[in-house]
Amino acid sequence: MKKYISYFRMWLVMGLQYRAAAFGGIVTQFFWGFMEIAAMHAFHESNPAAYPMTMEATCSYIWFQQAFIAMLSARLFDGQILDSVRSGDIAYELCRPVGIYDMWFSRSTASRLSAAGLRCIPILLVAVFLPKSYRLSAPAGLPQFFFFLLTLALAVLVAVSFIMLIYISGLYTVSSDGLRRLCSSLMDFLTGAYIPLPFFPGTIRRMLELLPFASMQNVPLRVYSGDLAGAAMYRALLLQIFWLAAMVMIGKILCRNAERKLMIQGG
Amino acid sequence: MHTKNTDTKGTGALRLYCHYLSIILRSKMQYKKSFFMISLGSFFASFTVFLSVFFMFRRFSHVKGYTFQEVLLCYSIVLMSFSLAEICARGLESFPGMVRRGEFDRVMLRPRSLLLQILGTQLDIERFTRVLQAVVILVYAVTASGIRWTPLKIATVVFMLAGGCTLFSGIFLIQAALSFFFLDGLEFTNIFTFGLNEHGKYPVDIYGKGVLWVLTFIIPFALVQYYPLLYVLGRREEIRYAFLPFAAALFLIPCYLLWRCGVRHYKSSGS
Repeated sequence: MKKYISYFRMWLVMGLQYRAAAFGGIVTQFFWGFMEIAAMHAFHESNPAAYPMTMEATCSYIWFQQAFIAMLSARLFDGQILDSVRSGDIAYELCRPVGIYDMWFSRSTASRLSAAGLRCIPILLVAVFLPKSYRLSAPAGLPQFFFFLLTLALAVLVAVSFIMLIYISGLYTVSSDGLRRLCSSLMDFLTGAYIPLPFFPGTIRRMLELLPFASMQNVPLRVYSGDLAGAAMYRALLLQIFWLAAMVMIGKILCRNAERKLMIQGG
Repeated sequence: MHTKNTDTKGTGALRLYCHYLSIILRSKMQYKKSFFMISLGSFFASFTVFLSVFFMFRRFSHVKGYTFQEVLLCYSIVLMSFSLAEICARGLESFPGMVRRGEFDRVMLRPRSLLLQILGTQLDIERFTRVLQAVVILVYAVTASGIRWTPLKIATVVFMLAGGCTLFSGIFLIQAALSFFFLDGLEFTNIFTFGLNEHGKYPVDIYGKGVLWVLTFIIPFALVQYYPLLYVLGRREEIRYAFLPFAAALFLIPCYLLWRCGVRHYKSSGS
């Protein structure tokens, strides 16, 4: 366990070096959030009765989504991990007395945390001081805030455990490029990155809420504003735990299977 | 190239560009499965956006007085012009990497137009699926929006498409030129490429007056999207609205000047 924690620390510190990239990201995310909220206002004004959330809940949903995008996105991949599979550098990793799965897992979690850590604070700080109709408001209450942190942590782990499956598929097919490109925008859509899940029509929404993608953003972002509360929240929380356990288990089995008959093609 | 250089410069350049394209196409065809997957992926990328617009309109039925079909008209025009610009200008998009790796030195040594060579390095033909999708949506929007089409209105749609293509190409050119000064791509400039494509799916006045002002006077996106759209939808009768995309095309001039300035200041990164 200790070695994975030091891997985690190593990649955390490494990620924190990229401050210039983070600044570019902040400006982009901020603009994105602003445009999205502006569009939501337009829809709200056109037909307030059909609007499924409160406007404050939408604002905090969008600001957290932009602030934590590097942490929660289902389509941000570690290029070096993908390259190490393609180029055969993975052989070096296999020589070390560490498990591939645990190492990649701690590494991905760390680089996500550092990327989001650099970006989120300026975005959230500015968002708190915006005019009222765009502002990030306070959490619905202390318990909600506690559950927000808990579901947020689970969401990161669910996202990483899903990304792990894509990395591992690379062990079987050499290049997971095609699969990745094919899925990435679809996954974005299913996590609620384009429109929050409450805006989907009823039956589709209920189906999407069961998928692991809903556990990656939808749950924590709605818990914060109290949009998701009570029994529905506990159900969502259990579902997060279920998906995390299931995907880690599948990932580990596939990974062990692949390690046993892995072929390094020179390089 | 050992072709005889007897023909005029223009046709020679065109021939060279076609030659580049045929090389790219042939190399892509070596990986048919990957080509297919990437094409399908790029289709999904815009199809999911279409789906979210569809779901939003199922719920709200209109936004700021625009109906679903009217928004689709706007969305398909922006999507088509952006995708066409992206297919051709892909080389400019990856240009910062070329500068960083010092590969631009090699390009400068060759006695051919710089831009031609850069545009010829890549062609994102996989994105044709988006253009196809935009065509289908456009045809639906044109027939279902209930607009009474006049020849000038049809021409306006063509102007919007051409103007949009020009504008996006200009922005790609600025992005490439900036890498001369910063040795790297600046991520925030994506706001004006992917951002405008993504948020330009709705007529830009729904984002409020401030955004409309910026997109009229700083980056003239509203001149190819919002104002001519008003004319097509019959909300404005003034004919000058139909011709505003030509004014937006002038944007290419400062972009090209910045590019020239960048080339003159180029110092190799040395690697």
